[in-house]
Amino acid sequence: LGRRFSREQLCGYLSQARAPRAGRFGAEFRRFSLDRQKPGKFEDFYQLVVHTHHIANTEVTIGYADVHGDLLPINNDDNFCKAVSSANPLLRVFIQKREEAEQGLATGSLSRRRKALALREEGPRRRAHLHIGLPHDFRPVSSIIDVDILPETHRRVRLYRHGCQKPLGFYIRDGMSVRVAPQGLEKVPGIFISRMVPGGLAESTGLLAVDDEVLEVNGIEVAGKTLDQVTDMMIANSHNLIVTVKPANQRNNVLRGSRAASGSSGRSSDSTASRHSLQAPVPHSLPADDMESDEEPDVVLEGDLEPRSVPRLPPGSLSRVNGAGPASGLHGPGRDSRVLRLLSSFPPDIHHSLALPPGGVEEHGPAVTL
Amino acid sequence: MMKFRFRRQGADPQREKLKQELFAFHKTVEHGFPNQPSALAFDPELRIMAIGTRSGAVKIYGAPGVEFTGLHREMATVTQMHFLPGQGRLLTLLDDSSLHLWEIVHHNGCAHLEEALSFQLPSRLGFDGASGPPTLAHVTVILLVAAGNMAALGTEGGSVFFLDVSTLMLIEGQTLGPEEVLRSLPDDYRCGKALGPVESLQGHLRDPTRILIGYSRGLLVIWNQAAQCVDRVFLGNQQLESLCWERSGSTLVSSHSDGSYAIWSADTGSSPVMQPTMATMPYGPFPCKAINKILWRNCASGGHFIIFSGGMPRASYGDRHCVSVLRADTLVTLDFTSRIIDFFTVHSMRPEDEFDEPQALAVLLEEELVVLDLQMPGWPVVPAPYLAPLHSSAITCSAHVANVPAKLWARIVSAGEQQSAQPASSASSWPITGGRNLAQEPSQRGLLLTGHEDGTVRFWDASGVALRPLYKLSTAGLFQTDCEHADSLAQAPEDDWPPFRKVGCFDPYSDDPRLGVQKVALCKYTAQMVVAGTAGQVLVLELSDMPSEQAVSMASVDLLQDREGFTWKGHERLSPRTGPLPWPAGFQPRVLVQCLPPAAVTAVTLHTEWSLVAFGTSHGFGLFDYQRKSPVLARCTLHPNDSLAMEGPLSRVKSLKKSLRQSFRRIRKSRVSGKKRVVNTNSKLQEANAQLAEQACPHDVEMTPVQRRIEPRSADDSLSGVVRCLYFADTFLRDAAHHGPTMWAGTNSGSVFAYALEVPVAVAGSEKRPERAVEAVLGKEVQLMHRAPVVAIAVLDGRGRPLPEPFEASQDLAQAPDMQGGHAVLIASEEQFKVFTLPKVSAKTKFKLTAHEGCRVRKVALATFASVACEDYAETCLACLTNLGDVHVFSVPGLRPQVHYSCIRKEDISGIASCVFTRHGQGFYLISPSEFERFSLSARNITEPLCSLDISWSHGAAHASYRLQESPKLSQANGTPGILLAPQSRDGSPNPVHSKRADTPERPEAMLSPMSIDSAISADTTLDTTGDITVEDVKDFLGSSEEAAKNLRNLVEDEARACAILIK
Repeated sequence: LGRRFSREQLCGYLSQARAPRAGRFGAEFRRFSLDRQKPGKFEDFYQLVVHTHHIANTEVTIGYADVHGDLLPINNDDNFCKAVSSANPLLRVFIQKREEAEQGLATGSLSRRRKALALREEGPRRRAHLHIGLPHDFRPVSSIIDVDILPETHRRVRLYRHGCQKPLGFYIRDGMSVRVAPQGLEKVPGIFISRMVPGGLAESTGLLAVDDEVLEVNGIEVAGKTLDQVTDMMIANSHNLIVTVKPANQRNNVLRGSRAASGSSGRSSDSTASRHSLQAPVPHSLPADDMESDEEPDVVLEGDLEPRSVPRLPPGSLSRVNGAGPASGLHGPGRDSRVLRLLSSFPPDIHHSLALPPGGVEEHGPAVTL
Repeated sequence: MMKFRFRRQGADPQREKLKQELFAFHKTVEHGFPNQPSALAFDPELRIMAIGTRSGAVKIYGAPGVEFTGLHREMATVTQMHFLPGQGRLLTLLDDSSLHLWEIVHHNGCAHLEEALSFQLPSRLGFDGASGPPTLAHVTVILLVAAGNMAALGTEGGSVFFLDVSTLMLIEGQTLGPEEVLRSLPDDYRCGKALGPVESLQGHLRDPTRILIGYSRGLLVIWNQAAQCVDRVFLGNQQLESLCWERSGSTLVSSHSDGSYAIWSADTGSSPVMQPTMATMPYGPFPCKAINKILWRNCASGGHFIIFSGGMPRASYGDRHCVSVLRADTLVTLDFTSRIIDFFTVHSMRPEDEFDEPQALAVLLEEELVVLDLQMPGWPVVPAPYLAPLHSSAITCSAHVANVPAKLWARIVSAGEQQSAQPASSASSWPITGGRNLAQEPSQRGLLLTGHEDGTVRFWDASGVALRPLYKLSTAGLFQTDCEHADSLAQAPEDDWPPFRKVGCFDPYSDDPRLGVQKVALCKYTAQMVVAGTAGQVLVLELSDMPSEQAVSMASVDLLQDREGFTWKGHERLSPRTGPLPWPAGFQPRVLVQCLPPAAVTAVTLHTEWSLVAFGTSHGFGLFDYQRKSPVLARCTLHPNDSLAMEGPLSRVKSLKKSLRQSFRRIRKSRVSGKKRVVNTNSKLQEANAQLAEQACPHDVEMTPVQRRIEPRSADDSLSGVVRCLYFADTFLRDAAHHGPTMWAGTNSGSVFAYALEVPVAVAGSEKRPERAVEAVLGKEVQLMHRAPVVAIAVLDGRGRPLPEPFEASQDLAQAPDMQGGHAVLIASEEQFKVFTLPKVSAKTKFKLTAHEGCRVRKVALATFASVACEDYAETCLACLTNLGDVHVFSVPGLRPQVHYSCIRKEDISGIASCVFTRHGQGFYLISPSEFERFSLSARNITEPLCSLDISWSHGAAHASYRLQESPKLSQANGTPGILLAPQSRDGSPNPVHSKRADTPERPEAMLSPMSIDSAISADTTLDTTGDITVEDVKDFLGSSEEAAKNLRNLVEDEARACAILIK
């Protein structure tokens, strides 16, 4: 039960604004200010937070919502500074009981549309047992998959673009590739990566490089297809792009039988389980469209059709989002909650600057100024 | 091993058989006027005409419906064509100096035009070892002699060779060299000069042994072939262009490069004749251009016709394309709008007749064929029953209306007859009447509508093989155009001399580009139509049998609504003429709606039952009630970041002049270049060479790499607000219990807006609905996440069939839709097809075409495919044309690929853009600016030439009469070869039980089941009401194509379930 709640609280935080404080770990809001230039040490901040919430004897993990709405951890001085500097001007800080966070269940999404996000656990090594599996508190950006079924000279790369504002960031071109044929070597036309956009997703993964030959796009061979066809295929699959390449540099290939050494990127196949743990939970009767779980669903906005007498609906007054996004009415008030949410703001006029989705959060907690 | 996980266990043989009965791909016939004609021939015995083109195509036409098409293997211009009279054989000369003999032959139970022989003329010196000096370097003219058994070839070098036609072999020893002729000339004429090339060869109708030879220098010689001697010599001194030998043989006419012609008497005096009996320069005295061809035809009523082309005064009218017809004192200078290729007269060819008695003059121009009746006073133009110049103004859009009711057909035909000045009787005087059309009277009337750049809409009879013009609707009269002043200047009275007469309808110069027609829709039951144009004008018209004078009600709709910060930098809107205007019988405008800003209309749809018209531009869409003449709705679809859409069409500062120039260029430029032809060894060799060259210098490729950026579409891509399609449907949008009128709009950025409409219901018995306002309420807004442009929207009824058109069901012309529920909406984007349930819009089935094939959807239509095996069996399928020019057919609503064919070359962008599908599985696309290729996807519904020709040749023996049938077209004269891909094996092959059930709606269980769509989908697809797609379904979908079997995404996605599937 607790697992379910903790998930829902994360996605449905909007509705919790009015939730009465229930139990020790009900949702609770505090507001305080920090000096943007000199945020100080993480330790101090941690003390401040637990003090403010009167939970000094509970181990908690602290996270914050970055500009993309992703929940990122605050657990050292560096990411604390980063968090403060990213405040715009309000910084939303989330506090969660550590045991809960470490169960790996508290992953969720601030907005359901962005599925990949994770809460960073603080110091898993301190725990008695070792975690085996993908670290679930990182947002995956890419993975090497199908190592066991592909020739060693090939590499199948999956690029995740969920919630990532980075461009995919690469270009392809026509070229000639040399193949071994029964008659000897022969040249055949091929598609190659021609350029990487600096700072793009493709470059940042390090798994694709200029002059890599593209062999397949999402399982479909590109042999015999034109550059434009391959471009269209890649763009059509851009939400979940799987490219099989023959790297120009063959020295970094994953070697068979040494999978353990290759780390997470060498896993034989992308774990569905881990993907599921990264996905936002399905709170209600949304189509659990497994076939499409790789892709963002189409958004259907419903107009208010019930009152047939309404003369004309002005565009824009669409009332609710069906099937996607945190439906505001779905998480009623009074839900038990185990997440502390803390709104720390720098300027006092937060009501004007709250960068929150429409539907807004009403602040009930006392503002704490330190 | 994982590769095989999703592979299907082979295709269902029953379904395969059914597919063969339903689908077949044929390119059947080319409609319109051959692109870039270069040669003309006429067989007066069979009364058939041949046109050769610069791409090597040969087309033979007879009576309407009689058509033969052939294509030379060589990509060379056809320079000359000659019929072997009465034999159905044709000799062609290409500009690569090859001769070809074509025959209309019977072959394996079907007949067609095929190449029988070809002969490459030896072009090198010494290659022809017969006699040193005279070589067959370059053939300038051909004459068939001895009843077509022999051909005389005149060459550049001045020799005349003789060729045996039946074998295409040179006859040795008969060659007439120039020195032989020179020997019979007086010394002072010879004076060491050569005779020049042979310019003309003419035979004599009554005396086949004599040949008239004209040399470029001006010398005319009558050569006696039997006696092998020179009969007569005429010492002309003017450079010769053309010759004509009068019927009796006593008179010769020669035309010259200085614009003069001369008449020589062959009877009087002795050889050599020094002076012509008469020489005249018809358009003198100032320097004139050459007379390229001259004909002399005498008449029983006395006098004669002299018909010649060219000869116009160089300075003042040198740029005109003229044919002059002179009879006695009557001279008419026919002024054409395009270059003259060739002309002939239809006249008596029987040797016993004393007179030619020309009936008609046919002039082949670069862009059209004009036939004049020479027996009627005033020589009126005979309207052509085929070869219509489709491109008389550039085609901007086209639409097809199938199953036109007979009543509307008759009304359109009568409106068209009132339009043409000629009485209908002159249609019967079409002189080219060879062959018989054996095709059955078409079972249904099909109407092809083409919208043109000059604001006209032309109505064509597309029921049969001959595309016949029916009616022309002009919308320009409603507007004040920019060019009116220029027009009035052009109309300024010209000089009386020469007596010009404008002939032909090819007129590519648009008055005002804003008049261009962008979209057309016609309701065949109410005879109402909507025409939408480049400047945002939307015209609702109604067919009226009587001319009338009335004012058109005007309205304008601001599609920007209250968006701010946008400025329209494009053209202004057209200013309409106000007040009552006279309208001829035909479609008369009732309502004009102008969109603001006046961007080109990109989508339009009409619902006559509700009297509503919906239109969209790049800025938004609007809904207009044309009964009450009031706007109902306007919605802006612009993305806030989209500034480009505001700037106007195509370019930022596009002047009228510029666009005129562009349209001019477009017409000039051949849109189709480099035609693809049947792969022969030659081209294979060339390909190999090209590849070798490419390999040899790979740096060239490296130097300028063509790159493509891989980036998903973002919401703020430019022109995202363009409305791509609009659709009306009576369906379930509010809830599953009540259906009602809805309107759907799809945009370039993958948004779909669905409006519930409140249309007052007409009282039973009365046509018009009560005068209450129509209301529109936004019901659903779907954003496709892949953001690809929405190409088409259609609602499928409970049986999975598209809803009928307005009035179609109520007039008992179609089965009423299943309104029991379970409706679904099919949304076709450029990348995928998706079926959503209604009223709850949840995805049910889909096919991701781009992700699988790498091609994008260009055109889409729902079509009914009838089976060849079973009379009553038909399936509704989705036909789709991709940007690669392939046609795919998908089942509906299962969206399983059925067949695909390669149809259009992918480089032929204008061809792909012009494609239009019919409702019975046929289609049209432009293969040149002037020609529609017709193709059929249906195995049953095929429109192709089926004709007979009574030909008589069997080496002169019995005049055997062959009854020939034109086969399904084997070659396409103008471009893509009709490659027929085998129906692909990778289709989803829904099980046959399903398809039978889906398409025999009479089955009670399908009718009554509330989930009938689901039941219509194959049994292995289980759908539940929430729209979730089950594991089996995933497997089925992706397993439906071979590539998908390897689709890694699914392997990854379904890792957890993979074993379950494997166990199965």
